[in-house]
Amino acid sequence: MATALIHVPASAKRGEIVQIKALISHVMETGYRRTSLGAVIPRDILRRFVCTYNGEEVFRAEMYPAIAANPYFAFNAIATESGTFEFTWSGDNGFSKTESVPIKVE
Amino acid sequence: MSRLVGLLLVLAIAAVAVVAGEIPLSERRSGYESMRPETRSLQDDDTANPGMLWVAEGKDLWSAKPDSASRACADCHGDASVSMKAVAARYPAFSAAAGRPIDLEQRINACRSHQQHASPFVFESRELLAITAYIARQSRGMPIEVGSDPRLEPFVAAGREEFGRRRGQLNLACTQCHDDNWGKHLGGSVIPQGHATGYPIYRLEWQAMGSLQRRLRGCISGVRSEPYAYGAPELVNLELFLMWRARGMPLETPAVRP
Amino acid sequence: MKRRDFLVAGGVGAVFGAAAATARATPAEVLEAVRQLTGPAGVKPGRVTLDLPPLVENGNSVPLTVSVDSPMTAADHVKSIHVFVEKNPQPFVASFHLSPRAGRAVVSTRIRLADTQSVLAVCEMSDGSFFSGSADSVVTLAACTESE
Repeated sequence: MATALIHVPASAKRGEIVQIKALISHVMETGYRRTSLGAVIPRDILRRFVCTYNGEEVFRAEMYPAIAANPYFAFNAIATESGTFEFTWSGDNGFSKTESVPIKVE
Repeated sequence: MSRLVGLLLVLAIAAVAVVAGEIPLSERRSGYESMRPETRSLQDDDTANPGMLWVAEGKDLWSAKPDSASRACADCHGDASVSMKAVAARYPAFSAAAGRPIDLEQRINACRSHQQHASPFVFESRELLAITAYIARQSRGMPIEVGSDPRLEPFVAAGREEFGRRRGQLNLACTQCHDDNWGKHLGGSVIPQGHATGYPIYRLEWQAMGSLQRRLRGCISGVRSEPYAYGAPELVNLELFLMWRARGMPLETPAVRP
Repeated sequence: MKRRDFLVAGGVGAVFGAAAATARATPAEVLEAVRQLTGPAGVKPGRVTLDLPPLVENGNSVPLTVSVDSPMTAADHVKSIHVFVEKNPQPFVASFHLSPRAGRAVVSTRIRLADTQSVLAVCEMSDGSFFSGSADSVVTLAACTESE
C-alpha cells in the first residue's frame, strides 16, 4: 500500500495563507520504458490528486507520465476555519488513497 | 562508445596533474556538497525528501509482528529513536557469530531469523530498504564511527584492496575517480569523493531508494565488470572500508543523490 | 496500441491517442494542445513565471514552481494552470486547478524531462483569458550507465 507524507500546519490564524505539501510513494511507470527483452512495461501512473478543505475543493492536479516518481505537490490555501484537509489520489489500475489532516484556525 | 572515449580522455588529462592516494581527512567532502542547491534542499526538507517515504514505511514495519506468533522489532527494542540511536553509524560491525563484519541489512536479517523466527528480507526489497532507512535515520547527524575494532583490521584492508584494484573492461579502480579525480566532471556530472554517508539513499537516477551495495554493483557494472552478488563478502568489505574512509563525517540518511 | 484517454481540464475535454513508445512530442504538438485548450481566445505571454533549474541534476526529477501574478479574488483569480513540454514523449505534464480559496497561485512539483527543452505553462483566468510563461532547462544523461 502506498505511503503518503503530508504537511499542513497544525494551526493558523484566520485569513492566513498556509502552504500545504503532499508526497506519495508511487512508481509513476510511464508506459514508455521497455524491459531488457524489449517488451513495453505497461503504464501505471497516478492521474489525479484532489485536496478538499472541509469538503470544498481547494486544489486539484491532473497528472501525466511526466510527473516524477513519488509525486510531490506544494500549494496554498487560505485558513478560514478549523476543520479537516482531505487528500485523495487516484490513478491507473484502480489506485485510490485518501488521507485526512486536521487544522486548527484561530 | 563515445562515452567510453570521453571518460578515457577525462582521466588521461587528469592523470597528469594528480597524485594517487587517499584524501586527507580534512579535505573530505560529502556528495551533498557537489549537488545543485535544488537537490540539496530536497534532502533537507523532510516533507519533500522521497527517502522519507521509505523511512515512514520502516517505522510501520518496526512495530509490525512478522506473524501472530513472532515479536515485532519494537517488542524487544522499544522506541527506535532511543534504542537505535548511533547504531547505523557503527555499521558494518564485527559479528562474532559470522566471524567477520556484517552490514546493517545483514544484522537486521540475523534478528529476523534468530530472534523473530521469520524469514529474512530479500536484499534490496522494499521492506529491507524501509527498515534499514528507518534505523539509519535514527543516527542522522551523528559522526560515523566504523573500523576502529581491531578484529576488523584485515577486512578493512581487504576493502581497501578492492577499492584500489582495477577491474572490468574499462580497467578502472574506484580510487582513480573518487580519490584522484573528485571534483572534476565525468560527462555532465561532478565526480564525488564517494563517501557512504547517507545510505540507503534516494537516488534520482533510480527514482527509488537503494542500498550502498546497489550503488557499488552499479558502479562495478558501469566499468563493465561482473558485479558481486548482494551480500557477498567482497561487497561487505568494501562497505566497511567506505564507512571507515568516511569516519567522523556525519550520517545523512536518508540522503538524496543524483 | 491502446488509445489512452487524457482529460485536459479547464472545461475542455480532449482525447489523445498514445504515441508509439519511441515517439516524441514536437513543438507543433504543444501548439496544437494549447490551441485545443484555449480555443480562439489565444494566449498572451506574461504574468506566469516558471522557476526551473537551468541545468538539472537528473532528468528523472526536476523541481518546478509555477507562479501566477493574480490577486486570487472571486472576481479575478487563476482557474487553472497547464504545463507542457516539447521534447518528452508527449506534450502534457500536469494541469492544476485553483480557486480564490488558494490565496496564492503558486504550485510546486517535480517533473520528468527527457531532454534539454523548454517548459511552457498556460494559465486560464477567471475572465476566460489565457496567459503563459516558459523556461528552459538543460538535461544531461547520467555519466555512468549501470546494467542493474
